[in-house]
Amino acid sequence: MFTDIALTSLQTATLGATPLQVVWFLLIAVLWCGFFFLEGFDFGVAMLYPVLGRDPKRRRVLINSIGATWDGNEVWLITAGGAMFAAFPGWYSTLFSALYLPLFLVLVGLILRGISFEYRAKHPSTRWRDTFDTIGTVGSFIVTLVLGIGFANFVRGLPVAPDTSAAYGDPNLFTGGFWSLFNFYGLLGGVTFVLLFITHGAMFLGIKTYGEVHDDAMSLLKKLGPVTVVVVAAFVLLGNIVYPASENPYAGTLASVLMWLTGLLAIAAVAFGVLAQLRGRNVLAFSGTGLSVIAMVAMIFVKIYGTLGFVSADPNRPLNMVTASSSPMTLQLMTVFAVIMVPIVLAYQVWSYWVLRKRLSVKDLPQQPIEENVVEVQA
Amino acid sequence: MDAQVLARWQFGITTVYHFFFVPVTIGLSFLVAIMQTVWVRTNNAEWLRLTKFFMKLFLINFAAGLVTGIVQEFQFGMNWSEYSRFVGDIFGAPLALEALIAFFLESTFIGLWIFGWGRLSKGLHLATIWLVAAGTVISALWILAANSWMQNPVGAVYRNGRAELTDFMALPTNPFFLGTASHVIAASFMTGGGLLCGVAGWWLIKSHHRPTSEAFEAADSKDVKTWRRATRLGAWVLIAASLATFGSGHWQGQIEAKYQPMKLAASEGLYETTSGAPFSIVAVFTSDGTKKVWSLDVPYVLSILAHNDPNATVYGIQDLRDVYLEKGYINPDGSVNELQKSFAQQLRALPVEPVPNVWVSFYSFRVMMGLGVLAFLIGLLVLVSTRGERVPRDTRLWRVALVGLPFLPLLGNSAGWILAEMGRQPWIVYGVLPTWTAASPGNSAGVVLATMVLYTLLYGVIAVVVLFLFNKTVKEGLPEVVTVEPSDDDSDAPVSFAY
Ligand code: HDD
Ligand code: HEM
Ligand code: HEM
Repeated sequence: MFTDIALTSLQTATLGATPLQVVWFLLIAVLWCGFFFLEGFDFGVAMLYPVLGRDPKRRRVLINSIGATWDGNEVWLITAGGAMFAAFPGWYSTLFSALYLPLFLVLVGLILRGISFEYRAKHPSTRWRDTFDTIGTVGSFIVTLVLGIGFANFVRGLPVAPDTSAAYGDPNLFTGGFWSLFNFYGLLGGVTFVLLFITHGAMFLGIKTYGEVHDDAMSLLKKLGPVTVVVVAAFVLLGNIVYPASENPYAGTLASVLMWLTGLLAIAAVAFGVLAQLRGRNVLAFSGTGLSVIAMVAMIFVKIYGTLGFVSADPNRPLNMVTASSSPMTLQLMTVFAVIMVPIVLAYQVWSYWVLRKRLSVKDLPQQPIEENVVEVQA
Repeated sequence: MDAQVLARWQFGITTVYHFFFVPVTIGLSFLVAIMQTVWVRTNNAEWLRLTKFFMKLFLINFAAGLVTGIVQEFQFGMNWSEYSRFVGDIFGAPLALEALIAFFLESTFIGLWIFGWGRLSKGLHLATIWLVAAGTVISALWILAANSWMQNPVGAVYRNGRAELTDFMALPTNPFFLGTASHVIAASFMTGGGLLCGVAGWWLIKSHHRPTSEAFEAADSKDVKTWRRATRLGAWVLIAASLATFGSGHWQGQIEAKYQPMKLAASEGLYETTSGAPFSIVAVFTSDGTKKVWSLDVPYVLSILAHNDPNATVYGIQDLRDVYLEKGYINPDGSVNELQKSFAQQLRALPVEPVPNVWVSFYSFRVMMGLGVLAFLIGLLVLVSTRGERVPRDTRLWRVALVGLPFLPLLGNSAGWILAEMGRQPWIVYGVLPTWTAASPGNSAGVVLATMVLYTLLYGVIAVVVLFLFNKTVKEGLPEVVTVEPSDDDSDAPVSFAY
């Protein structure tokens, strides 16, 4: 079916994707954007414990600013993974087995993080709490760094080739090896994600806290903000110049235009956010970094449109959006569910942020550093 | 060991571990919701104390279930890439829908429930825990639909080098799913009821006979009353759920006889096809599991379990094996589903030895039933000895029974899953895809071994923390009631809960 595709990097090829395949590619991109936008500030806040939270009371403000919603944010990741499995099993299989060790690190990081929130206040010992908070920071850092490295490598392209050692069929599998992921651009991606999320997290504290924590976050941003803008710019420009969208055989000029646009938007938005913050415009500033995160992830998905971030060795049997996809029936079915469920989920998640919108400061927290064994009844 | 065997171990370890927490989450979420409902309805602060006490245990457990669940989701692609590629068209959808429909619901509303005390209206706050409870069951249903499809791959056909969906409605109406779902959910309620009954019962016998000073006596007798209520609620739930579990288990046996006769035969150590087949209580096999050496039998019971008829014929391992090797996969009634039929040609090129491990299948079945029956009996005993104003004497035996009670259904669940999953070997998709073809070809044994060791260590540490916190929280007992002045403007009041 695909023998007519000549897959050299300069020539464009026809993908022949169905509308539903395009829809699901976009939906997966949206899920990743949502995940990074939401969990991005969670990761950032947790990475800021050692900086803004040296004082235990202040650290507790940081933790509780994300405490009620971090789990809901993480489900965006689980859903993104599930959607890749359901809509593009070939993508999910090859990618997740290719990134075996990096994903293992992500899982360990997520486990550490989850545990750290839930158990920290359950035992009256400072060391206990400090330990769990450190674990939370370390876990968040690992996940951010590894995902940054991973996504940058999608921009470069992961080499795959049909593997004849498989017991059944000859699936396209990753040929690069673990260490090949640690190239310069990959590492730059890791640093970019870490810095951008820390900045995004500090911006979140700008809208979610007041008092000392808020003020500290603001003075940190004065120094951190400009650095982040520079690094994001480096990541975007290098990506567009060294690994341009013209390498994408399926989208041609449109991809180049979009990749530049989304990339430049990512730079502009973070710069705008930093400037807005200097003027004390908290909400605008947070929107700026949020938009930057989304635009950056969008840029990456523009680059991998069609190819899914793989560079196939065998041009006659490429791994791409069409060959990796589920059957039309499954895609239709999933679309029906998504159309019904996504608005509902969005509605109640937004509502939960609204209910818990109260800004926090040191004096809003309970007196005791641990959960007390009492129930309050109104007289 | 090769990477494939290690990947199986890794999946087994991480899934069994995840499933320690899952039944507690499912069972306890409903029980806590019920307790909170009673409080809201009656305004009796004792139910609020119970709600908050079990909320703490629930949350300790929930966190562990949550962090280990994500590993499960990613493992299919990481360790079982060829399985995922083969079945993704069908198997991926329930996983994605589970996240979309259930996990978002659970995680969002559990946040609102934890942090919403005093911030949401009572009714709205009560709704959040019910939504969480609903979410746990919805999530279980989706994952079980996926699992049941591996056990009995309905609604699919072999096409384009993989299994493709032909009929989505076949998944929720899969007989395997109906049996499994009712059995697993009933067993989860056993677990929740057992936990409630064990913890409250332990406090009941302890506080009743505690020598106390005059001043504490009044408070104590109030606690005794509260613990008694909780104990009896737990016992009732345990007993009702046990009956449902036994009933649905019997149903599972009949479904197995129809679609997985080999698993049934292996779990009974039945080598020869027999009419009026007996049920062996214990048995000894040769070490390779190819022959039965000795057994203690109760006549006719297996035929009843499998076919509701004491004289019915139950197929034995030998005959089933011979049939498979000669003719390929067919059910005893001669039927073969679409996917099994359309893949038969390809399957010939993939050699399999169609007999699962008899030792494991046989004894996991007995452990599951034995622990469940024991829990049921303890539940009955508790109910009898707490009737009226009675409280059991604080003896060592009672303490052992009550402390052990929560663990019985829990370990029964593990044994049941080991039966279900090991008994379906060597198939990862029953009668279609052999397990050995399904692992990721690119993973070396060393890497899989290393991650397995690290998972195990990490999970071990988590288990220690969970047990430590459980123990500590249980020993702290019911929270004290403090009366606060209602304030008109609570925007300045500290939040009532914080991590
Ligand atoms: C508290 C736990 C518990 C108890 C007391 C029982 N079970 Fe069970 N059983 C489970 C917990 C469980 C389980 C963990 O939930 C399993 C694993 C897979 C499944 O569907 O449920 C299971 C599986 C399972 C299977 C295998 C199904 C399959 O292959 O998928 C059978 C045939 C039975 N059970 C039958 C019984 C019978 C006849 C019981 C009567 C005493 C019984 N179970 C008690
Ligand atoms: C939650 C309860 C479950 C438990 C305790 C459990 C247990 C196990 C065990 C012990 C194994 C190892 C069997 C072996 O050595 O081959 C296994 C294998 C496996 N199970 Fe389950 N299982 C559970 C549910 C599920 C579900 C719901 C799915 C699918 C959604 C699933 C999919 C698998 C897969 C893919 C394997 C690996 C391949 C294999 O060895 O067969 N399991 N499981
Ligand atoms: C019978 C088997 C299983 C049942 C009944 C079950 C059910 C549950 C339940 C009730 C939770 C509660 C915690 C929560 O949702 O946050 C949970 C967590 C989780 N389970 Fe399982 N599970 C099973 C096996 C599996 C398997 C095989 C997978 C992998 C596909 C899986 C994936 C997950 C995930 C990703 C979470 C975390 C969800 C979150 O962050 O909210 N589960 N599961």
